[in-house]
Amino acid sequence: MIPIVYYLALAVILFALGILGVLLRKNAIVVYMSLELMFNSANLVFITFANYFKVLDGQAMVIFAMTTAAAEVAIGLALMVMIFRVKGSIDIDQMNHLKG
Amino acid sequence: MSAGLVVFIILAVIAVAAAVAMLLSNNTLYSALYLIMNFIALAVIYLLLGAPFVALAQVTVYAGAIMILFLFVIMVLGAEKFSEKEPLKWQRPIAILLGLALVGEGVYALLNRVGTALVANPATAEMTDPKALGVLLYSKYSLPFEITSILLLASVVGVVVLTRGGKKEQKP
Repeated sequence: MIPIVYYLALAVILFALGILGVLLRKNAIVVYMSLELMFNSANLVFITFANYFKVLDGQAMVIFAMTTAAAEVAIGLALMVMIFRVKGSIDIDQMNHLKG
Repeated sequence: MSAGLVVFIILAVIAVAAAVAMLLSNNTLYSALYLIMNFIALAVIYLLLGAPFVALAQVTVYAGAIMILFLFVIMVLGAEKFSEKEPLKWQRPIAILLGLALVGEGVYALLNRVGTALVANPATAEMTDPKALGVLLYSKYSLPFEITSILLLASVVGVVVLTRGGKKEQKP
């Protein structure tokens, strides 16, 4: 049998990689994909503990998290398209027009 | 070493490697494809944990719908490559350092507080039943379910409003 700490460690590693993606990359779409990676690592923790405690609630939570992620991606990508239309680039370092 | 552990290690290596490749790839399109690979590896891990419905939802919703949306937007905007030069020179090393610190801290806390004594349960019939999950969603979680549907409706309206284009209203 597999200890649950392995699953949790995998989730930690994926979450940290997601954070590194947000911090290191300048392409806004890759930053969004890193956010998805973090969502997924959280889902992995939910599923792991649903399995460990033998309850289905964790799986239900993952369904909700997925739906929220889908809504968030749709809005985020629409924003990206609009920013690209206005500025001609999705480099996040150039999104500084609100700077005082 | 049991067969399940071997499968898990292979899947974990694939998932981490795909995530690293996503971060390092210069082409946005390849990043999206690597992320799909990561999602599918995670879906198989969900199968190992006895959650087949969530695993298939992961493949259809994440690897299917969401990533196709990403690919579509990348194609529309053009997979542009711009210089990844960072204006703040000290930011990159600090980010990598802090990321590694987070991993070390998390793994240390897990090994200390959880330990390897707790093992995952083998999949049972009532835990893997999609019908039980559906009943749970429509009974105990019916209010969050409805709120989620309103959230989806709001996002649909938001996307339509955002992408309608900045055309001025033409007077008749």
